[in-house]
Amino acid sequence: MSRDIFVLIEHNQGQVSEISYIMLAAGRDLAIAQGSQVIAILFGNQAENLAQNLSADKLLYVNHPALEDFTQDAYLITISEIIKSRQPGVVLFGNTTIGSDLAGAVSISLDLDLASSCKYFTSDGKVVSQICGGKIMVESNFSFTTTLITMLPGGYKPELGQSDHPPAIENITPPSLENLRIKNINFIQPESSDIDISKEPILVSIGRGIQTQDNVELAEELAEALGGVICASRPVIDQGWLPTSRLVGKSGKQVKAKLYIAIGISGAPEHVEAITGSETIIAINTDPKAPIFDIATYGTEADLFDLVEILTHRINQAKGNR
Amino acid sequence: MKILVFIKLVPDLVEELSIDPNGTALDTTWMRMIINEFDDHALEQAILLKEKQTADVIVIAPDVEGVDEVLFTALAKGADQVIKLTGDFSNANNHAFARAFTPYINNIQPDLILTGVQANSDIDGSIGPLIAACQNQPFIGYVSGVILEDKRAIVRKEYPGGVIAEMSVSLPAVLGIQSAEQPPRYVAVSKVRQVMKTANIEEHQFDAIDISGSPKTNRMFQPETSTHAEMIEGNPDEIADRLVSVFKEKGIL
Amino acid sequence: MLYNDLKSILVIIALLVAGGVFCLRVYRLLWVNLRRGQPSGKFKQWGERIKGIFVYVLAQFRLFRFRFSGIAHFFIFWGFLTLSLTILQAIIEGLLSFTNPQFVLPFFGTFGPFAFLQDLFAVFVIIAVGYGLIMRLFINPERYKGSHKNQGVMVLLFIATIMVSLLVMNGIRQNLGTDPVARQWRPISNIVGGLFNRVSIDSQEIIEQVAYWIHLIIVLIFLTELPGGKHFHVITSVPAVLLRNLEQPGKLPPAVEINNDIGISKVEQFRWRQMLDFYTCTECGRCQDVCPAYNSGLPLSPKLLMMNLRDNLMERGSALSNNSKQEILEKSLLEEIITEQVIWSCTTCFACDQECPLFIEHVTPIVDMRRHLVIEGQIDTELQDALSNLGRYGNSFGQSERTRAKWTQSFEVPIKDARREPVEYLWFLGDYASYSPAVADVTTKIAEVFYKTNIDFGILYDSERNAGNDVRRVGEEGLYEMLVEKNMQTLGKCNYQTIVTSDPHTYNTLINEYPWEGHRPTILHYSELLLKLITSGQLKFSKRLGNNVTYHDPCYLGRYNGIYDAPRRVIEATGCQLVEMPRHRDKALCCGAGGGRIWMAEKIIKERPSESRIREAVGLEKVTDFIVTCPKDITMFRDAVKTTGNEDKIIVKDLIELVHEALLN
Repeated sequence: MSRDIFVLIEHNQGQVSEISYIMLAAGRDLAIAQGSQVIAILFGNQAENLAQNLSADKLLYVNHPALEDFTQDAYLITISEIIKSRQPGVVLFGNTTIGSDLAGAVSISLDLDLASSCKYFTSDGKVVSQICGGKIMVESNFSFTTTLITMLPGGYKPELGQSDHPPAIENITPPSLENLRIKNINFIQPESSDIDISKEPILVSIGRGIQTQDNVELAEELAEALGGVICASRPVIDQGWLPTSRLVGKSGKQVKAKLYIAIGISGAPEHVEAITGSETIIAINTDPKAPIFDIATYGTEADLFDLVEILTHRINQAKGNR
Repeated sequence: MKILVFIKLVPDLVEELSIDPNGTALDTTWMRMIINEFDDHALEQAILLKEKQTADVIVIAPDVEGVDEVLFTALAKGADQVIKLTGDFSNANNHAFARAFTPYINNIQPDLILTGVQANSDIDGSIGPLIAACQNQPFIGYVSGVILEDKRAIVRKEYPGGVIAEMSVSLPAVLGIQSAEQPPRYVAVSKVRQVMKTANIEEHQFDAIDISGSPKTNRMFQPETSTHAEMIEGNPDEIADRLVSVFKEKGIL
Repeated sequence: MLYNDLKSILVIIALLVAGGVFCLRVYRLLWVNLRRGQPSGKFKQWGERIKGIFVYVLAQFRLFRFRFSGIAHFFIFWGFLTLSLTILQAIIEGLLSFTNPQFVLPFFGTFGPFAFLQDLFAVFVIIAVGYGLIMRLFINPERYKGSHKNQGVMVLLFIATIMVSLLVMNGIRQNLGTDPVARQWRPISNIVGGLFNRVSIDSQEIIEQVAYWIHLIIVLIFLTELPGGKHFHVITSVPAVLLRNLEQPGKLPPAVEINNDIGISKVEQFRWRQMLDFYTCTECGRCQDVCPAYNSGLPLSPKLLMMNLRDNLMERGSALSNNSKQEILEKSLLEEIITEQVIWSCTTCFACDQECPLFIEHVTPIVDMRRHLVIEGQIDTELQDALSNLGRYGNSFGQSERTRAKWTQSFEVPIKDARREPVEYLWFLGDYASYSPAVADVTTKIAEVFYKTNIDFGILYDSERNAGNDVRRVGEEGLYEMLVEKNMQTLGKCNYQTIVTSDPHTYNTLINEYPWEGHRPTILHYSELLLKLITSGQLKFSKRLGNNVTYHDPCYLGRYNGIYDAPRRVIEATGCQLVEMPRHRDKALCCGAGGGRIWMAEKIIKERPSESRIREAVGLEKVTDFIVTCPKDITMFRDAVKTTGNEDKIIVKDLIELVHEALLN
């Protein structure tokens, strides 16, 4: 059994997702501490080019049409083969729509330990995971055999998982991928006629605290005053008060705004992971213990129903005075 | 058509959570256990499928405080059968549940198993893929729409950025539900109480729980946040003024 | 055959036909349907009920709330009563015409002063009818919208014709000398008769008979028109007032349960007494005028609700009896006929029930229909969330019950735990006072005033649950029972003399609906307690405030429980000048939060009731303070002051803020 760190690269529609770089950065840290290597694992169909900016010591590439897009059974068979034959120390999966579907199945079929929702590794080689909406951290040990980990963003900077020098590629023969039970029919893109919030510099975001659809207007007026656009966390989108293109979160968009104002948003991990790249985050929430305050730059406990209108007014005044 | 729904109860995050004196588990003194929100969606999805075509919905949950009300509520929503697994679950994890679950799946032979895509108490992965692997069945998670056909299901799987993958999976299969096609329905308290008087929860005891598959927990702790927002105090006017000067500093105004 | 013989025959035929049609219609439309209705319990307090006939029917008491229409209707009503004897005269005269064509009623037919009264009333009625016609045809106030205008105009014309034909008949009889009453007792008839002086006697006799027939036939047509329309109240108003609900307004009846089906989803499932209400609606629209939902652009009109229920009842009644017209039977009451939107628009403010001259209950049928919608789970997500939170946490805010008493942490002195030690006053706060940050300062001030006045009080800390008033009004009867159980259990273990609450909704259900089984403690609204303390001298003010204030009567304190004076006297005791808004006491306009509306999405098209109210207050000269005694009023009105841009004109204060200020040294 080696002590290599395997990282399963996640990609969709020709794009490597950010979690892959975060895992490579995490893997790099682990590898340095343990004196081992980071080996990226890539499955796809004619997808070698995706390896270009991955920071890894080596890349194992499996090419097969059935691996073009993610399906749990094809990926499960393939990754299980690789883990069985190579016996790495750790395998990193994303805690995502790809990695989470996979890791548990690998754990049962190969009888390996799985620690999920990992945020970071400690310098003395412990796994620290985040549960209960981010309120509780769990520290555990690596197992003696291969340990499977699913990772959350936020513990490592994705830039540290990138490199100008692509890793050396080793082609692996795909296993037999016949009689697969899962098929991709097609991919549906979100309504593209609307604004792409991931490209907007100023965002006013609303959460459950906005309470009713009529109050969305308050945020719209603030956004207008600032020259920005509104977006929202999951509960607001689920209600249908804003289109899905405005969803900020794990299933929505990642945003890197210059200014992100979070109104009535508690700061659940799925939302926070999508906004950490923003420059200035302002949180308005009456609950002083809301996790959003842990990542916000500025915060206030004022009631949004008192503050937002006054703020909009002040901004308009300030603009008028120029 | 038989649809099996697996439900877990998880700590209610509205309450303050604390760690027990050992430091390795949650302090259950003030903890309230409520149905995992995603499992509620899974149940709703199952009932919606039952309303569209003839299907039997069977709900299974491990016996924890508050599970009876959850199961009676499931019956009031339209589930056909509810089963409670009794035993000592104080140290159980998802792997243990998935394994304990297996004899029932083998008995019932459902066409489809639904469960929530994740739970806030998961430390050894979410339960859906574990159940699927125990059964050698395919799994699709992050599902927000299901159409059932005779031998397969067509599902919508969520990807980041609002992208949806339309996929087909042959039955029997396991799905991890992110959201049902409509929010979980409301059941009037009187309806649940009516059900409590007339209906029955089947109980099945099982003794051995196999928790292998999860690394041992060294300790649990509350996150020390190294950073915290700079809090702005005062009345709304004062706060608004401060924020406007912040905007000016950052070159936004 | 002589005319007089023919006359008798025709009168008999007319009576039989009209009477027959009338009875058949009453049977088919009213009787058959009421028999299908659910039982309505025993009726007691007959003394009170009969007194009601005198006050509300004979004296037309509630009619005068709309002054001129009230006066007009008073005369039409009394005109009808006094002149009913002329109809009797006409009928008997007709029946006996073959033997005694000159028949007159004994005593009343010859009593001069009575004839004079009849003559006067005939004129008053015509004037009142004229007023009515002007209202219907030209002025057309908002409250008539949706009412059957043609029916209304037709009947007014009927009445006018009946009066005119009577005057013509009596006038000519005076001319001909066939009227047994002396000239001076029929001044008006004589004036009318004077118009026919130039006409030959033979012609006059013919005209007299024509007038007679017009008089009789129109009356009989009117009779047949009564059942099933807006004028049925002519018959049903007496039983309606006699059998009116004498329970406390704040006490809802238990849920209707038919074959395990809770609440009402079909119109024939209503209690028969409620069905009588549907038939009694006069379509006057006064309820519509005072309805906060209707006036803010929501689709609910209590009047239209009654009319739709009546029409549906009649339609379904005949379809059920004949086992025909399946399409009618398949139409859903809740979804298509009334519509869910209408059912959820109601704030249960009780203004409609208060205004209705015939004590028609509008709120109860709405709650009965809501009960069914809740059982079926047909509720909006926002309401669903509130109910789920109430079920799980015992409050609508979705916060842990352990944080209910968090506000006490910042209070300087520890507050007694009524669960652990005996207290004189058990302060039941209600959700808003405990959890809403907007109301926190008011709650603290109440505690401070209690403390400074040295009264022995305590609270239930985290054992208190939402009292359930609005849960019940939303139709979640099971959840209501669950909350009541928990609260009663907690209260049962406490040792206290009086319950005091700062929330009128809490007050209402505690005092009217909780199952005290004959051992109900004294329950006070805090304004009553404050008054008591002021009167006894225990609460002494150190200064007199000179503010010009106005006071808003909360629905659940005022209309529902008749507490109007206590808060006013407290205001005056603080030295403030009270200026009343035009709509005050039982005419106060609801803030819009009741009936669970505060848990629902707003969807208002016109002006919010709270905004209309603030504008009303701002319209009062010099008034600076808007005083409220309900925590939901604070939230709603402070918001409305902002949205109407009146922050520099008026400030919303709770009564306790005045007391607190006047108490300070």
